Amino acid sequence: MIKELHLKLISKEISAVQLAEEYLAEIEKKDRDISAYLTVSRELALKQAEAVDEKIGKREKIGILEGIPGAIKDNICVRGLRCTAASKILDNYIAPYDATVVKRLKGEGAVILGKTNLDEFACGSSTENSGYFPTKNPRDLERVPGGSSGGSAAAVAGNEAVFALGTDTGGSIRQPASFCGLVGFKPTYGRVSRFGAMAMGSSLDQIGPITKTVEDTAIVLSAIHGEDLSDATSAESGGKDFSAFLEGEVRGLRIGVVEEYLDGLKPEVRKSMDKVLKWYEEAGAEIKKVKLPYVKYSLPTYYILMPSELSSNLARFDGIRYGGCVNDRENSEVEVSPEERNLLETYLDSRRIGFGKEIKRRIMLGTYALSSGYYDAYYAKAQKVRTLIRKDFEKAFSEVDVIFSPTTPSPAFKFGEKTSDPLEMYLEDIFTVPANIAGIPAISVPAPEVEVANGKRMPIGFQLMGKWFDEETLLRAARAYEISVQK
Amino acid sequence: MISSEEVKHIAELARIGTKEDERATYSKEVSAILDWMKELQEVDTEGVETANHITGRKNVSREDKGGVFGDEEKLRNLFPERKDSYDKVKSVL
Repeated sequence: MIKELHLKLISKEISAVQLAEEYLAEIEKKDRDISAYLTVSRELALKQAEAVDEKIGKREKIGILEGIPGAIKDNICVRGLRCTAASKILDNYIAPYDATVVKRLKGEGAVILGKTNLDEFACGSSTENSGYFPTKNPRDLERVPGGSSGGSAAAVAGNEAVFALGTDTGGSIRQPASFCGLVGFKPTYGRVSRFGAMAMGSSLDQIGPITKTVEDTAIVLSAIHGEDLSDATSAESGGKDFSAFLEGEVRGLRIGVVEEYLDGLKPEVRKSMDKVLKWYEEAGAEIKKVKLPYVKYSLPTYYILMPSELSSNLARFDGIRYGGCVNDRENSEVEVSPEERNLLETYLDSRRIGFGKEIKRRIMLGTYALSSGYYDAYYAKAQKVRTLIRKDFEKAFSEVDVIFSPTTPSPAFKFGEKTSDPLEMYLEDIFTVPANIAGIPAISVPAPEVEVANGKRMPIGFQLMGKWFDEETLLRAARAYEISVQK
Repeated sequence: MISSEEVKHIAELARIGTKEDERATYSKEVSAILDWMKELQEVDTEGVETANHITGRKNVSREDKGGVFGDEEKLRNLFPERKDSYDKVKSVL
């Protein structure tokens, strides 16, 4: 889609301003139903588009992303725009700087339409935990778009943006992509700078694209990846053009399949996954069984490591330097005047009122797991199991090139279906979490849609996981399938 | 199983206030999740190293030279309570 729009821009079939206006109009029309956006940056978008049109007017060569309108998840800072992480505690926070990925997109001339909704501080799998409102799945407004990057996915699926950036800590890019019928990509840990993204699980987070096609994902990834001195965990890499790796055969590609993954699936989902595997086999790929014995501990490992890191990362939201500070009598549970309140009381109330329930639950979990007397049993233990999970993948990748799985156990569920029991929601991440624990790249690609009820069909994605820093093979394998299905 | 009292204590460690009527719910929810974590106890991790490195990079450093942010006023505008160029806070001591 990006390539086609680029050609229209350089042939002057459409101007960048017209293109931006078109998308802004779509947002105006559709977003009251979809609610993908928290902030629409009309002024910024038009200013950026005008700059691109000026270049085109002067017959200057423009890059492939120039003038292409995208959306940014609201836990990634865009200078001058509100950045809330969908949390009331940051309701009045205006980002004073650009995240590195935003700086790079701006440098490529991309146009920023606005900031999209998410589960508060990226904690959730449905965007129902947003401190503002839930986002709806454009394919069925009674169903969730997934989470935590639900707004980003809904914006792209609802044609309110050409591409979007999300963050993925346990599946938050891939799962919404699966639910909304899009491509979602989590790069290898360290491939993309996390500077300017509000940290959730610092050893797990990655920023990545959500797009309609694999080709678009490759284009966006090329723009945002690379070493960044502001992110000490970013890898020494950069300057790659991932689009160059899209062509290619899958003949001889070794695809690993974990039997346990497929056996437990609902019949319709199993049918869809089998169709995808059959396509790869007929295209000449070799399907091999692999065993990942420790991967079944991924969820409990994740739900110790992530809340622990989250509790540490969210300590900065104390109402002192920025964000919501509760100092007024009405909202306080402490019966003293603002002048008499002490620091502790301010912290306790600011964070009690500013954070949502899920956040508080996870911070408590993390604080407990890290506290004296429990650290070894929980956090240290989880870090050791993490090593075992990594080793499972190392061993598997000595026998195969990519590992296949469904992205999600089922298609998008209805609102409220999973909110009564936190554990049920956590189980949504079962296929996506292992990639974050191991640090490997993973992509979700639309598989054949499945029937949900009354003959209605909903999207679902299949997932390919790749070797560390081998985004190229994932993109090539995904693109080959995508092209064949488009025919 | 973590009690309502423990919930109050842990929440306070994390500087989060809790009301009496919500502690029972948190206690139930957090305990259920912690029970689930017990699965990890069955894994034999004897001699296994903790996964401290993801990318294998070590000691990433730069020259100890300061820079200028340039937008200090934008930062000051974020202070919940401001006095001139100072961030006004409750007394710490």
